[in-house]
Amino acid sequence: MLTVKNLRKEFHGTQILKGISLEVEKGDVVAILGPSGAGKTTLLRCLNFLERADGGEMDFDGQHFQLDRISRKEIAGIRKKTAFVFQDFNLFSNKTALENVTEGLIIARKMPKAQAMEIGTRALAKVGLSDRLDYYPDQLSGGQQQRVAIARAVATDPEIIYFDEPTSALDPELTGEVLEAIRELAAEGRTMLVVTHEVGFARNVSTRTILMEQGQIVEEGSTKQLFENPREERTREFLNHFNKE
Amino acid sequence: MSERLIGILADSFFKILIPGLTVTIPLTVLSFSIAMVLAVILALVQFANVRGLRELARFYIWVIRGTPLLVQLFVIFYGMPSLGIVLPAFPAAVIVFSINEAAYCAEVLRAALEAVPKGQMEAGSCVGMSYLQIMRRIVLPQAFRIAFPSLFNCLISMVKDTSLAANITVTEMFMATQRIVARTYEPLALYLEVGFIYLMFSTILTWVQRAGEKRLATYGGKRR
Repeated sequence: MLTVKNLRKEFHGTQILKGISLEVEKGDVVAILGPSGAGKTTLLRCLNFLERADGGEMDFDGQHFQLDRISRKEIAGIRKKTAFVFQDFNLFSNKTALENVTEGLIIARKMPKAQAMEIGTRALAKVGLSDRLDYYPDQLSGGQQQRVAIARAVATDPEIIYFDEPTSALDPELTGEVLEAIRELAAEGRTMLVVTHEVGFARNVSTRTILMEQGQIVEEGSTKQLFENPREERTREFLNHFNKE
Repeated sequence: MSERLIGILADSFFKILIPGLTVTIPLTVLSFSIAMVLAVILALVQFANVRGLRELARFYIWVIRGTPLLVQLFVIFYGMPSLGIVLPAFPAAVIVFSINEAAYCAEVLRAALEAVPKGQMEAGSCVGMSYLQIMRRIVLPQAFRIAFPSLFNCLISMVKDTSLAANITVTEMFMATQRIVARTYEPLALYLEVGFIYLMFSTILTWVQRAGEKRLATYGGKRR
């Protein structure tokens, strides 16, 4: 469903992504692991055009795109079929939880308000926030805010959801509720690409895992294979480091 | 206090207040409204990085903030006639106060726009909203709320600055007071009196500001 070939990105002469290729099938939950500075977040941001890649190709939903030459209109088209969950939530501060979820439906997709409210209410119920519909982001905990962000992502029924370290900004006791919400989406068969530091989560929830380092993919494979029988020495090192903790 | 002085003060109170209501307030309201429209444009072209217009806005703000209001009044009212442009005093004052205030308010608004977390714009574009939709529905409402106290500050300041219009023959409150002083020769009492009336105006505006802030605080700000 999503194929990326040779994606390249540099900032001020430094290569951040040195030709990334990956493939995501419908229903895959792909975890992207790797040390800080590996380029995981930049990769995700390039995939949703929050950063413009310097080169590479993308096939998405049956269409082919040149990443460095893609038009605004094409980006808008792709974004209508994708969703993005940010590390620091990025909820609209001037909107309630429900409005945060319905905004993209009513304003961007011109959905009738009543229908959007119904979808929004359902999406928030699914992440356990039925009693917080009218709360503003300021009045919610970090974990609740991130769950609203997840509801916002799901409400548009996207083909794929990108998660950029969804639990990194949370206190340890709040990560569980967010991971649980993502786990439920996985159980429903949602296609997701999750950049994460939660190795345990990657192991338990993802179907495929990618290990990145220094702007390159070190190894990728089924999660089971990568964790139980890694091909690369570097993968072994990286995983051992976490097993020791 | 002598009875004569009390008589003068009582007699002059309305003679000062009436030009306040008929000149000072309309001058302020009109100029501030025009200034706000200009300020929003000046702030937005900078925020959105519109080439050419951004530089023009910076230049405008640089010149206007860098020169005294009194000088600007004199250039327009006493200077422009040399170019054949003769303006009546009141419109001249409105023009000068508008362009002057716009420069200051534009900076307040620009800072407020930049204070809205950029991540919210990214989130907006990720849910499929266009730049204009994001500005109108997410960024501007928040920026306005951030800018509100400072904008009110500008407004209160402007009420008092309109007294400078006396220098270009606008018969607002201060000019009215000067005339009474010339007649009665009671400068201390009368200038204190007009100061008191300005204070009344400012106090009312302070109340309005407080009520406005309370209203705006219903979103965003932590509710207890």
